Order: sequence, then C-alpha cells, then structure tokens
Amino acid sequence: MLSVLTDNWELFRDGFWTTIKLFVVSGLLSLVLGTVLAGFRVSPVPALRAIGTGYVNILRNTPLTLVFAFLVFGAPKMGIELPSYFWSAIVALTVYTSAFVCEVVRSGINTVSPGQSEAARAVGMTFLQVLGIVVLPQAFRAIQPPLMSVMIALLKNTTIAAGFSVLEAGAIPAAIAERGENQMLTLVWITIGFLILIIPLVFLQRWAERRTAVAA
Amino acid sequence: MSAVLYDVPGPRARARNMILNVVVVVVLLAAVAWIVYRLNDTGQFQSRRWAQFQYKSIQEQLLTGLLNTLKAAGLAAVLAFLFAAVFAAARISDHKWVRVPATFVVELFRAIPVLILMFFFYYGNLQFHLGLGPFWAVVFGLTLYNGSVLAEIFRAGISAVPKGQREAAYATGLRKNQVVRLILLPQAIRAMLPAIVSQLVVLLKDTALGFIITYNELLYVAKQMGGRLEFGFPYIPTYMVVAVVYIGLCSLLSILARYLEGRTRRSRKIAPGTDVPPAAPLSDGFSREGNAFPDLGGKDSN
Repeated sequence: MLSVLTDNWELFRDGFWTTIKLFVVSGLLSLVLGTVLAGFRVSPVPALRAIGTGYVNILRNTPLTLVFAFLVFGAPKMGIELPSYFWSAIVALTVYTSAFVCEVVRSGINTVSPGQSEAARAVGMTFLQVLGIVVLPQAFRAIQPPLMSVMIALLKNTTIAAGFSVLEAGAIPAAIAERGENQMLTLVWITIGFLILIIPLVFLQRWAERRTAVAA
Repeated sequence: MSAVLYDVPGPRARARNMILNVVVVVVLLAAVAWIVYRLNDTGQFQSRRWAQFQYKSIQEQLLTGLLNTLKAAGLAAVLAFLFAAVFAAARISDHKWVRVPATFVVELFRAIPVLILMFFFYYGNLQFHLGLGPFWAVVFGLTLYNGSVLAEIFRAGISAVPKGQREAAYATGLRKNQVVRLILLPQAIRAMLPAIVSQLVVLLKDTALGFIITYNELLYVAKQMGGRLEFGFPYIPTYMVVAVVYIGLCSLLSILARYLEGRTRRSRKIAPGTDVPPAAPLSDGFSREGNAFPDLGGKDSN
C-alpha cells in the first residue's frame, strides 16, 4: 500500500505541487477578475452591465473541459499561443471560475444594508468610492463561506488540466500506468492528497460561517 | 438593489455615463473585430474548414455524440436522485449508526474531484476486467458526486421547513416516516427545486469530462472532427458549433431554475385568506427580508 507512494514519491510531489500552483495562481486571478466583473454588473454604465451579465451567463453554462479544449487545441489555430500548457490551464481556470466569483460577490453586494451606500453617497462619494471603500469591504465579510465553496470547486477542477498535458495530481494515474503499479492504490493516494488539501479549506469555511453567523 | 449604489444621474452624470457607454461599446467592438480579424486571417472562415458539417455521416457522428452526452446525463441524474434520496434519509435518521456513516460517505464524495471518481471506475475496469466501458465510469462518477450534493440539498431543504410544521405533524400523531414523507418533503422539494435544477446544469456540464476518459460524447467527437487534416484541422469551427450546443442546453436548464426560483418567491405573496402554506425561505444565507411572520403572506411590498 505504502510502496506505491514511496516508489513514485517524486511523481506525487511534483503533481500535487503543480496542483497547488494552479490553484493559488488561478484562484487569485479569478478573485480579481470576478470582483471587477461584479463591479461591472452593478455599475451605472449599461454597456458594462451587459458585458458582465453576458460573460457570467455564457461561462457558467459552458463545461470547463470545453474552455480547456478551446484554449489548448483551438486558440493556437487562430494564432494565439500561450507560453505553455500550464498557462493555458491557468487562463481556462481563471476565465471559468471568475464567473462564479462574480455571482458570489454580486450577491454579497446585495447583502450590504442600503443605508450604508446611501450614507456614503450623502457624504459625496462617487460610485467607485461607494463600492470600493464602503460596500465591498462589508460584502467580502458576508461572502467568505460561499467564496470558499467556489475556491474548493476550483481546487477540484484543477484535475481537468490532466486531460490537457499538464502534469498535476490528476495526471498521476496516467503517468504511473506505464510503471505497472496498482492503479487503485494510486487513486486512493491521490484522494488522500486532495482530502489533505481540502479539509483545511472546509474548516476555514466553517469558521467563517460561524463568525458571520454571530455577527448577523 | 444595485441602484442604491449611485444617485439618480443628473445632467452631468448622464453625459458622463453616455460617454463611458460609448467608450465601452467601442472597446468591445474593437475586441470583437480583433477576434474576427484573427479568425479570418488564419482562415477559420474558409469553406473547407466548415465543409465537413455538410456530410451526413459527420452530422450523424455529432448527433451520436450529443445523444451519448444526454444519455450519460440522464442516467446519472436518475441514479443521483436515488442515491440522494437514500443518503438524505440516512443523514436525518435518529439512529447514530446510520447517520454517521452516511455523513461520512456524503462528505467524502463531495470532496473528491469528479474526474478522480471517474478514474476509479475507469482504471478499476481496466485492472479487474469488469466489462464496464467509459460510459459507466462517467455515469457512476457523476452519480456519486451529484448524488452527494443533492443529498445535502434535500437535507437542507427538509431542515429549512419551519419547525411548526414538524411539531404540528407529530402532534396529530403521525410517525416520523409520515412526517417526513407527507409534511416535510413536499414543502422542501418546492423550496429546493431551483437548487436541484442548478445541480442538473452542473451534472450536464460535467459529462464533458468523459472526453478525458475516452467516452464518445460530444466534446470527444469534436476533438476527432477538429483533428482532420483534410479539412485543415477545423478545431475552431467544431468548437464553435459544440459550444453553441452546450451553452444552449445548459442555458435552458438555468432559465428553468431561475423561473422556478421566481415562482417560489412569488408564491409567498399569495393574497391573504387563501390557506396555501408559505414556501420555506431559501437557506442561502442572503435572503435578508427573512419574514418573521411568514403566515402574513401578502404583506411583502417587493
């Protein structure tokens, strides 16, 4: 049981390290892009609102695998080359996840009491100031639990990169298959690896949930 | 609600918004024009790259892919409902020895990436020669994951039904089985229907993972079509077609979910006097207008 892990340790180590890199980089990027899109969706400019709505509706209804396939097989055919498969994966995960982040942030904006933004407007703040200084900081407190769900989904979605030539945790079974190891044990170890990564996130989420529950 | 974030625009703000609007539209058009230019420049609109959609055998291939996608999604949805019903029931059981293992199973399958779940069946089949093709790997993988999520949705729905309903039901002498089946479930399913349909969108989208484990579904067919040299590797045309199909199907389900959500919210405002029970508030944590007196339906102003 243990030998599958110890004999192929460098494969597991590199695989999960790539998974973590994918998760952190695309997580941060999609937080930024998702928040900007949420700002678009509540802005006074109709064209920006339309862009935000269109983006979210299209990306939320597209399989992530299709986004990956388009970037990896399609984009080079129209002369758009990304530096590596790793970066294709980052772009695909970011583009997809930011649609979900946008929806969470937008629902968070709706939870902030209207009096807050009314008061901010009364002291003469502009739209960007109301959003950036008053509303978003309060919104982010309320949305920590659902945001964490989106991030957990992102962590699990990184496995899809395995189908597109990125050597992350999901690609370990295919890499190990050639060595004649027991595939079931390999998968069990990968599962354990993901549990180790996800359980802290779940506890963080529960903690955030409790904290906001007391505040409300 | 978002209109609270800015004042009703005066003449200057209107002019500014108008200018911004024009700028954004120009930038957007420029971006679209650039993409179209790139597509045209690399010959993606050439008829030879679209020619294969005219062949009957290739149309049939696409249709087979679509049918395989729908078949896997349909079967997985049915199995996931069964799984969810069993495990939701187990999770609200009074017996600890039923509740604890069920909780463990549901939490475990929710934490494992769907692709890894599919790998278990895919490689398991290769290793133990079970005679299960990639189709079953897709179906079982989707069943376990979505079944666990649905079980949680069911459970949340049942616990969101107002406590009085349960107490009243017990008071009239119903057994637990009857309370859950006759009183709680009908109300819970109504409140949870939008969430259930949204989960079906996830399930449908995840069938595309079959691509990775060589299940002959829509995306897999698209890869084969895109890889044909004699048509100049028409990846972009095929992905355009496939994207329209996926987005169309999922959007239909999403629209259904939104419609159902609107209906549940509306039904809270039934005119006073009709004794239809108010729908349970969705436990999404965001509904701030949590009605303290849900029985006074019809008093909501928005």
